[in-house]
Amino acid sequence: MFACIFIPDFPVEAIIRFEPELRARCVVVLTGRPPMGKVVALNEKARQTGVEIGATRAQLEAWEELVLRTRSQAQEDSAHAALLDCAQSFSPEIEDTAPNTVLLNLAGLEPLFGPVSKIARDLAHGMSKIELEANVAIAQNPDAALLAARGFSGVTLIAAGHEAERLGDLPVDVLLESFASDTGEAARWLETFDRWGIRKLRALASLPEVPLSERLGQQGIRLQKLARGATVRTLRVFEPPLVFAECVELEYPIVLLEPLAFLLNRMLEQVCARLGARALAAQELQLQLELEPCAHGRTPDASAVERQCNHVRFTRTLRLPVPMLDVKMFLKLLQLDMQANPPGAPIVKIHVSAEPARPRATQSGLFLPPFPEPEKLELTLARIAGIVGEGRVGSVELLDTHREGAFEVRHFAPVESETRKSAKRTKDENVYNNDSVSRIEQNAQEKMSAAIALRLFRPPLRAVITMHEGKPVHLRCLQRVDIKGEIVWTAGPWRSSGDWSEQEGWSREEWDVAVPAERGFVLYRLVQDKLNAKWFVEGTYD
Amino acid sequence: MSAFPVSTAAQGRPFIGAAEPLLKKLGSVPKLARVTPASRLEARPATEMVSSGIAALDGLTGGWPRGCLSEICGPASSGRTSVLLAALARSTQNGEVCALVDAGDALDPASAESAGVDLEKLLWVRCGKTVLRSQFPVLSSRGKQMDLCNLDGLEIAAERQGWELRLEQVLRVTDLLLQSNGFGIIVLDLGDIPVRNARQIPLASWFRFRRAIERTPTVLLVVEQHPIAGSCSSVLIKVSGKKLSAVSSQLSGNRPTHTELLDEVEIMAELLRSRLERKPVQSATSFRSHALWAG
Repeated sequence: MFACIFIPDFPVEAIIRFEPELRARCVVVLTGRPPMGKVVALNEKARQTGVEIGATRAQLEAWEELVLRTRSQAQEDSAHAALLDCAQSFSPEIEDTAPNTVLLNLAGLEPLFGPVSKIARDLAHGMSKIELEANVAIAQNPDAALLAARGFSGVTLIAAGHEAERLGDLPVDVLLESFASDTGEAARWLETFDRWGIRKLRALASLPEVPLSERLGQQGIRLQKLARGATVRTLRVFEPPLVFAECVELEYPIVLLEPLAFLLNRMLEQVCARLGARALAAQELQLQLELEPCAHGRTPDASAVERQCNHVRFTRTLRLPVPMLDVKMFLKLLQLDMQANPPGAPIVKIHVSAEPARPRATQSGLFLPPFPEPEKLELTLARIAGIVGEGRVGSVELLDTHREGAFEVRHFAPVESETRKSAKRTKDENVYNNDSVSRIEQNAQEKMSAAIALRLFRPPLRAVITMHEGKPVHLRCLQRVDIKGEIVWTAGPWRSSGDWSEQEGWSREEWDVAVPAERGFVLYRLVQDKLNAKWFVEGTYD
Repeated sequence: MSAFPVSTAAQGRPFIGAAEPLLKKLGSVPKLARVTPASRLEARPATEMVSSGIAALDGLTGGWPRGCLSEICGPASSGRTSVLLAALARSTQNGEVCALVDAGDALDPASAESAGVDLEKLLWVRCGKTVLRSQFPVLSSRGKQMDLCNLDGLEIAAERQGWELRLEQVLRVTDLLLQSNGFGIIVLDLGDIPVRNARQIPLASWFRFRRAIERTPTVLLVVEQHPIAGSCSSVLIKVSGKKLSAVSSQLSGNRPTHTELLDEVEIMAELLRSRLERKPVQSATSFRSHALWAG
C-alpha cells in the first residue's frame, strides 16, 4: 500500500504556517514586484469571494477582506522540508514527488502503526502538528494514491481493486495537473478531451484502447491506465540531506528584540519537532539574520557580518556542550546572545539551523562528586558572559610558549569523571610527564602542603625603581601609592626574550623583591621591559 | 504527694512515667499545642568537611565545611592565594567542578597549574570594567524604542571603572553560580578589593549566599583582606606571612642577588571563628608554602 500527502494551495499554506492566525481569513499570495504583482495562489475562503488566479494587485482592491502576502520561496522551502520530515517519521521509503507532494511506501508498517486507516489519520494529524493542512490518500499503487490526494480533500482510503470506481468521479484536469510534463502539454490534452466530451476520469477509462492508441499514441494509453488506477511502479526513493533549518522572510523589518524572540520561538519549535521526529538532538545552533542596510550608509559594527550582493548578513553560532533538545533553553541562549551581540540594524530575514547529533545518554552514579547539569550550566555561562563580557568567563588553557602569562580562555565544558578514584589515578599517571610540575604536585599530594602563588596586576603597574650597583633598592608605584618602600631583599635578575622572528618580540628582566609592610613584608615581582626600559610591578607572591 | 502515679516498674525511671500525662496535658492547652517534644526534633546531620589541601589547616579546622561560608583573610603576601589554590587543587583532583569569581582579575594560571589545579574543571570569571554598547535599536521590553534616524545616539558607552562595578559583578555572578548548583567549591577572591569597598557589600547578600548553599555540597570560600561576612561565615581564618626563606642566606648585603632564590614562606594561620559542632583542638598553626622552582 502507498500513501500520498498533498498540500493544496501550497504557497498559502507555507505562509500560514508562520502566521496561524490567518487560517480563518481570506489569504491571497502575490508574486512579482509591487505594484505589478499578480495572484499565484489563494486559499479556499479567498476563492469563495470570487478572486481568481492571475488577478492583479489593483484588481484586488475591490475586496477589503483580503489579506495580501508576497510569495516567499524561503518559507516554501521550510514547509517542504517539514513535509519530508513528517513523512520520514512514518516510513523510511518516501518519494519527493513535488514541493507539495510526498509519496510513502507503507509496506511492513501495519505491525508498527496499526491498520492503514489509523496510519492515514496519524499522517493527517502529523501534518497538522507542523501547521500544514494536507490531503492524505492511501491506495494500492502510488499513482492512484496521488490522484486521490489531489482530487479529494481530507483522508481518503481506496481498497484494492476499487481504484477505477473511486477515481472515476474526478475531473480530467486533476489527472493532467498531476502527470503532464508541463502546463502547455496539459492544456493541449485538456483541449482534446474537451472536444471529445471527456470530462471525468470514468469516461476516459471506458474508452476503447486500440482506437485511443491510434489517435493519442502511447501517451494516451498511459493516461487511460492512470485514470483506471491500474499503473504499477516503484517509488523513486529520496534520501533528503539532514538539514534542519527554518527560514522566514519578513514583510517589514524588525527593530525590536521581542518580536524577534517571538519568531525565533516559533522557528525553534519547528526545528526541534523535526529533530525529535528523527530521535535526534541539536549539537550546534546557527542564527543568520539578513539586515537592512542603514539609511545613512552606516554599517553595523559586528564581527560576524558578511556583505553579499548588497545584503548584510549577521551570523551567530552557538556551540552546545552536549546535544540538547529544549526549545526554551535555546530561545534563552539566543536572546542572551542577541543582547550581548546586537546586529545593529533592522532585520529583514531570519534563518535558524541546527546541526543534528545523537541525544546524550548518561547514567548518574551514587558515589560521583557533584557536577553541574550541562543545560543549566550553559545558561548560567551565557548569563555570566552578559555581565562580565564575552571572553571573560570559561576555563583557562596555558599556551605552549615561553612568553609570560600566555593563556587562552576557552568555553567551559568540563567532562564528568567516572569515579573519584579513576580521576585521581589519571592525574597521578600524567604527573610524571612534566618533571618540575610533577615534583611539586606529588609533594602537594603526599605532604598536602601549599605552593607559593603569584597574584597578578592586570595590567601591570608602572613603577619607578631606584637602582644601586645594579640592583633595585627602592620601589615606588605610580598607580598605587601603597606600593612603595625600601627593598630589603632582592633576587634576580632573570632574563628572558622571545618571538624575535615575529613582529611582537619581547624581552624582559624579572626581580623578586621584599618590601616591609605594616605587618611583616610584601613580596613583589618586578619586571623591566628591556625594549623600552620601563619598570612594572607585575604581581605579588601571596 | 505527687499528682501523677508512679508505677513500680518505672521506679527506676520516675521522670519518664511522670512525663507522659504531663505531655498530654500540655497538648490540650491551645497555647502550648505547638510545643514539639525534643525527641521529635529533626536531627541535624554532622557537617561534611572537605580537605583544604594543607595538612596543617586540616588539623586546625578539619577542612572546609560543605554547605557553609568560610573566610580567609589576610594582607598581601600572607599566603591567602596559596591556601585558595590548595583548596581548588584538592577539589578538582577529586573530580569536582569549581568556580573562581576573580574580582581583581588576579589569577595567575601558571601558579594555579603548578599548585595542582585541574584547569579544565575550574571556571574562571574575570570581573572588571565592561563597556555597555547598544546598537540594537531596542534592547528589551523594558528599553524604550530609539530613534532609527539618529543611530549615533544609540551607542551608550557606559565605561565604569573602579571597584563598585567589580563588586556588583561579583554579587550578580555569585547569585547565578549558587542557583546553578553542582559546584564543589565556589571562591570569591576579593583579595585586591580595598577594605572600605569590600565592607560596602550588604550583610543581606552574605545571608542570601549562606542560605543558598545550605543543604548543598558546595563550599563557599571568600578571600579578603579583612573579615566582611560577619556572623554569616562558619569558619574564619586569618593568615599572615611570618618568615621568608631563600636558597642562600638572606639579607646578606654582600651576596650577589642572582644567587638568591625564593624558597619558601612560613605562614601563620589563626582560627578566629568556628561555628561548627566539632570544636577545634588548637586555635593557630603554621605551615610553609614552597616555590615551584624549589628543590
